[in-house]
Amino acid sequence: MAPQGPRRGPVRDGAGRAGRPRPGSRRCAVTQRLAPRWLEAETFDCRDAFVETLVALASEDPRIVGVVNDSVGSSKLDAFRTAFPDRLVNVGIAEQDMVGMAAGLAGGGRIPFVSGAACFLTARAMEQIKVDAAYSRNNLKLCGMSPGVAYGELGPTHHSIEDVAWLRALDQLVVVVPADPVETAAAIRWAAAYEGPVFVRVSRTPVPQVHPADHTFTPGRATVLHEGDDVTLVSNGTVLWRALAAAEQLAAEGIGARVLSMASVSPLDTAAVVQAARETGALVTAEESVPRGGLGGAVAEAVVAHHPVPVRMLGVDAFAPTGSAGYLLDRYGMSPEGIARAARELLHRRRS
Amino acid sequence: MPSTLSHAHLTLTRAPRPPAGAPRDEVVAQLRETARQIRLQDLALVHFAGAGHIGGDFSAVDVLTVLYGAVLDVAPDRVDDPERDRFVLSKGHVAGSYYVTLAAYGFLPVEQLATFLKPLSTLGGHPNRLHVPGVEASTGPLGHGLPIAVGQALAARLDSSPRQTYVLTGDGEMQEGSNWEAMMSASHYGLDNLTVVVDRNGLQQGASTEASMDLAPLADKARAFGFAVSEVDGHDHGALLDLLGSRERPGGRPRFVIAHTHKGHPISFMSDQVAWHHKVPDADQYATARAELDALAPAAGGAL
Repeated sequence: MAPQGPRRGPVRDGAGRAGRPRPGSRRCAVTQRLAPRWLEAETFDCRDAFVETLVALASEDPRIVGVVNDSVGSSKLDAFRTAFPDRLVNVGIAEQDMVGMAAGLAGGGRIPFVSGAACFLTARAMEQIKVDAAYSRNNLKLCGMSPGVAYGELGPTHHSIEDVAWLRALDQLVVVVPADPVETAAAIRWAAAYEGPVFVRVSRTPVPQVHPADHTFTPGRATVLHEGDDVTLVSNGTVLWRALAAAEQLAAEGIGARVLSMASVSPLDTAAVVQAARETGALVTAEESVPRGGLGGAVAEAVVAHHPVPVRMLGVDAFAPTGSAGYLLDRYGMSPEGIARAARELLHRRRS
Repeated sequence: MPSTLSHAHLTLTRAPRPPAGAPRDEVVAQLRETARQIRLQDLALVHFAGAGHIGGDFSAVDVLTVLYGAVLDVAPDRVDDPERDRFVLSKGHVAGSYYVTLAAYGFLPVEQLATFLKPLSTLGGHPNRLHVPGVEASTGPLGHGLPIAVGQALAARLDSSPRQTYVLTGDGEMQEGSNWEAMMSASHYGLDNLTVVVDRNGLQQGASTEASMDLAPLADKARAFGFAVSEVDGHDHGALLDLLGSRERPGGRPRFVIAHTHKGHPISFMSDQVAWHHKVPDADQYATARAELDALAPAAGGAL
């Protein structure tokens, strides 16, 4: 499926701000040493792939309904509403009711795609997600829009950096953090076919396509995007392209960095992590969320249990100061150079 | 007296659903007796398990009996039928009386009741939809059932299906904001296929609902939220049958039934006593309560 809304030009930071040059650019850290490949890449808002996929699926399967908390615009669901006006349920600004009603819709034979800003969907409706979605194993799909620090300058009230850790703690819930439009579409297609509760992050922060067009999503299965035997970079979501750019920088320095694309945070591909620990001896994790309990925590648990090696966990590990999404990712050490630096430091520590 | 519930204490027998067109008096008499049998069995379950929520069990039994005995279009062989009516028990802590009701109407083998609250039993302290046939929602935390029921009713509306959705909530539970979010939705979508029944026993875990957080005026609040409101004696099987069994629907409005009940009803030392929220009857209390329920048997001329 061809992703919608491509933007030509440099990969930039900030929600919806790509393509608008700004004086004293904040993206210097990102672009400083970027290969032309990344500077010239088209970037995508993954919500476009989300809604395009959902509309296509809903055309085939009348059971699919959308459920929103007044979030038609922020979920980019206008196309869905136009195509299926009777199948978009707006519950108003009421997240507990939204997830509870979705559980009831699932009990009535529907497949609800619950779509709202990740920060409100997860924090406000946490018990409904635990009981009505996960424990009850209801066939509903939770789509967390604009997760992590996507809302940038709106601040930590609107950031959703805790969702991955919270939801990874829940039994029965599949937690997916896609990295680009291809993977977002693949995850949504898989979720529609899977009989059970799923949480998928859908980001607005512009990202380049990093997976091949025929990429599929399989829960508990990582993909190697870059080969290497000196160190492993494990990442997902909007940070994955940065890890890939970091691996290319490291390659130029003679350091072989394996990049594991780990959209499936729960269940985790433990085998791929353990193999990486065994073969490369050091891992860096990088994610747009709190690493304790998040992807970093998941990887560290697997490494400690099966093949202990040094692990460095990068993530947004605090209530962030004001700044755009891209600025904040850089600030928390996840510019390509920052990720490369973490890998170098880890290797230096191991060798010293 | 044995320390655990044995098959000798499984006194419940299957209650037949009254045939369509049966005289009302006969139906009501049968429901009344079934409710008495359910209370006797539930009393034994809680006594021998040493745990449960007998106060709320007994305030809800008559509503449960009328729904399963004469109102809901459900049957043990149709638990997966998409066109069945839906019932959501939002006050999941009265699982004991719910399991016994389900057993009375054939959804569970009566023998299975002996496992109530025992290790690895599927009959735990709160109902689980994945393990107990007939249970539509896994409940326990309060304020979950009503939003789920609204979703069920909306699904029926989307399907243009005549199936009905009923939800039984506690009254203390109405303090949860999620219920009012859901009531806004039910009204907004004009779900006249939804009936909310509130078990209005006036008590919650630690005190009266009014002392804890005043719900009054509950009827006016529900009316203001767009519901068609009725009030009924929640232990009067005839009145419950007439109200809940009616297929007349207020045009475009969901129904809100305030069932006035007594926690622990009709046991003399339990009724309206807040301590019986989750107190367990000891041997003497068990014997007394049994005797009181026995005195209400049709042969004894009593009435609940």
